[in-house]
Amino acid sequence: MSRPVRPYAPGGRPARARPVRHGVAPERRRALRRDLATRRLGRVLAWTVPLVALGFLWVPIAVLVAFSFNDAASVSSWRGFSLRWYENLFTSLTGGPARFQTELLLRAVLNSLLVAGVSTVVATTLGTMFALAVARGRFPGRRLFDALFYLPVVIPDITMGVSLAVFFRIVFEAWQQWTGVRLVSGFGTIIIAHVAFNVAYVAIVVRARLATMDPSLEEAARDLGANDWQAFWRITFPILFPGVLAGALLAFTLSLDDFVITFFTAGVGTTTLPLFVYGLLKQRVPPEINAVSTLMILASIALVAVSLVLQRRGARRA
Amino acid sequence: MTPRGVGKRPRYHHAVTNSGRGGRSPASRGRLTPRAPGRGDAWVHWRVPPGPPAIEPAGAPDGAPDGAPSHGRLGLPGTRTRRLRRPAAAEARAFWLASPAMAWLVLFFLLPLLFVGVASFMTRGAGGQPIQPWTVEHYQRTFEVFGPVIWRTLGFAALTTVLCLLVGYPTALYIASRPRPGVRLLLLFLVLLPFWTNFLVRTYALITIVQREGLLNEWLVRLGIVHDPVQVLFTPTAVVLGLVYGFLPFMVLPIYASVERLDRRYVEAAHDLGANDWRAFWRVIWPLTLPGVVAGSMLVFIPAIGAFVTPDLMGGTGGLMIGNLVQSQFRGRGNVPLGSAISMVLLVIVFAGVLVYARWGERRDP
Repeated sequence: MSRPVRPYAPGGRPARARPVRHGVAPERRRALRRDLATRRLGRVLAWTVPLVALGFLWVPIAVLVAFSFNDAASVSSWRGFSLRWYENLFTSLTGGPARFQTELLLRAVLNSLLVAGVSTVVATTLGTMFALAVARGRFPGRRLFDALFYLPVVIPDITMGVSLAVFFRIVFEAWQQWTGVRLVSGFGTIIIAHVAFNVAYVAIVVRARLATMDPSLEEAARDLGANDWQAFWRITFPILFPGVLAGALLAFTLSLDDFVITFFTAGVGTTTLPLFVYGLLKQRVPPEINAVSTLMILASIALVAVSLVLQRRGARRA
Repeated sequence: MTPRGVGKRPRYHHAVTNSGRGGRSPASRGRLTPRAPGRGDAWVHWRVPPGPPAIEPAGAPDGAPDGAPSHGRLGLPGTRTRRLRRPAAAEARAFWLASPAMAWLVLFFLLPLLFVGVASFMTRGAGGQPIQPWTVEHYQRTFEVFGPVIWRTLGFAALTTVLCLLVGYPTALYIASRPRPGVRLLLLFLVLLPFWTNFLVRTYALITIVQREGLLNEWLVRLGIVHDPVQVLFTPTAVVLGLVYGFLPFMVLPIYASVERLDRRYVEAAHDLGANDWRAFWRVIWPLTLPGVVAGSMLVFIPAIGAFVTPDLMGGTGGLMIGNLVQSQFRGRGNVPLGSAISMVLLVIVFAGVLVYARWGERRDP
């Protein structure tokens, strides 16, 4: 059996004749083995890391929900199923002994809904108007404000909260010196603050929707004789509606969940739900908080479901 | 029956479709639209008066010298040749439409920021209020006394970003590579849903796990990894853990978006050309998803810099961040000018992050 001789090497020189080995050269073999190991590692990591990530996100929530049904006040050792923490939440409502500050909790929920509702309506209206004007019109300062509306989104909550606290303090003092009437923080200040950040989110979401919208539809409506008002309500708004809805839902959620900015603009007696929960966490943590948290998680899942259904319906109509 | 405007010269062909800069689709840009006079014009469009079109002096806007012949402006049909003067009425209408939101932003966002900026250069008066003589002592104090906290905050935020990236990138890749859209949607939903639940509740949920008598320690002891429960809560580790927990969805989503946009044929081509998985990843997938990585990193880094709740609830004295410093200066008889100075420093750091994002981050239109 004659040795096979490679006639040409890449350089064009005749190759050095080499003895035939079965398999692959050792350095090549090492590279292949490394390659294989990388692949195996990659294949394992490709599903373990996502699993860890999802577990990390969900295990604490699942544990919290599970232990809200624990008979003991512990969050680590399970003693048995019981609804006593939920019962404790509601005993005072049915005339039983008050075991939890349910009155405060309910008032906080109502306050939160009020603040979120009002600020969502105001912010959605103003934000949509702004988005329309910026996308379709020209006016001095348009580009500047277009950029400025991203600011409330990127600025840390704490900076915004602190600046509003300083602002309201100064304005209230000036007002008192001027008119003698003493103003205090309360729903007004919270709603003003919430609108201030929500309007930016709404404007961004609605603008994104407007960008995908074909302006020739509006033009067609106008060519067919619609006036501004008709063209807006019959054409622009129905197409825009999913965007407006998404913006409103985002604003509502942000407003419900906001803690830091509310913390700095709230007054006495205007405790919202996050402020209430924070108060519970900062003091001696009562065992009922697991039940409260579970109810809050359920409420947010319900909100997500409702928003998905609404958006799907809105998208279908468009 | 011929459609309107077909086969006959339109009476008014001056209504250039929302010309130039604002025009959305290239197809509609510059099209000459026939239109009857006196009809309602664009809603916030330029209101074009009936009659001969108003033409700006040729060459003026585009930098061509005045009076120079400009053959592009000869009014040939089918080319956009005329510039309309903006009618003041439409401009005013758009302005009024935008003005409530702009006023709100100026009055309740920019003005307060300005107040904080001004207050940061004032002296501390009775009750922590800012008073007249100007000074920069609060900035000096911020850097001298609170320098370590600033560095720690940056370190925490950077570590959080890296951890989120290490966990979030494979997760996004995994989700985006699921063949069935239903599975993709479900997994994406599972990542997103915690993001919709209240931040305080989530932080509390994590606290119950990592606290001394929580499940983590219980299992560590039971599995024999440690003998005594380890103290995690109220340490810097807990703060970073809490931040990762809070901001992980922000990392996954932009990366998912850019992986999904990635053209799979590039990866196949890389494999065909002999690249192994490792090489194909680093030479093709990673560079093409880098904008998503930058976007996600900034979406984690920026809020992590300004975090307040997580270090407040999970950090001890060793886990304090800038946000806690700011807050402590505003409670009770605090020091408003000092707090303002610290939050200005925070603001500058955040803006630096935003600049990075604007320079290298995800572009809306590729």
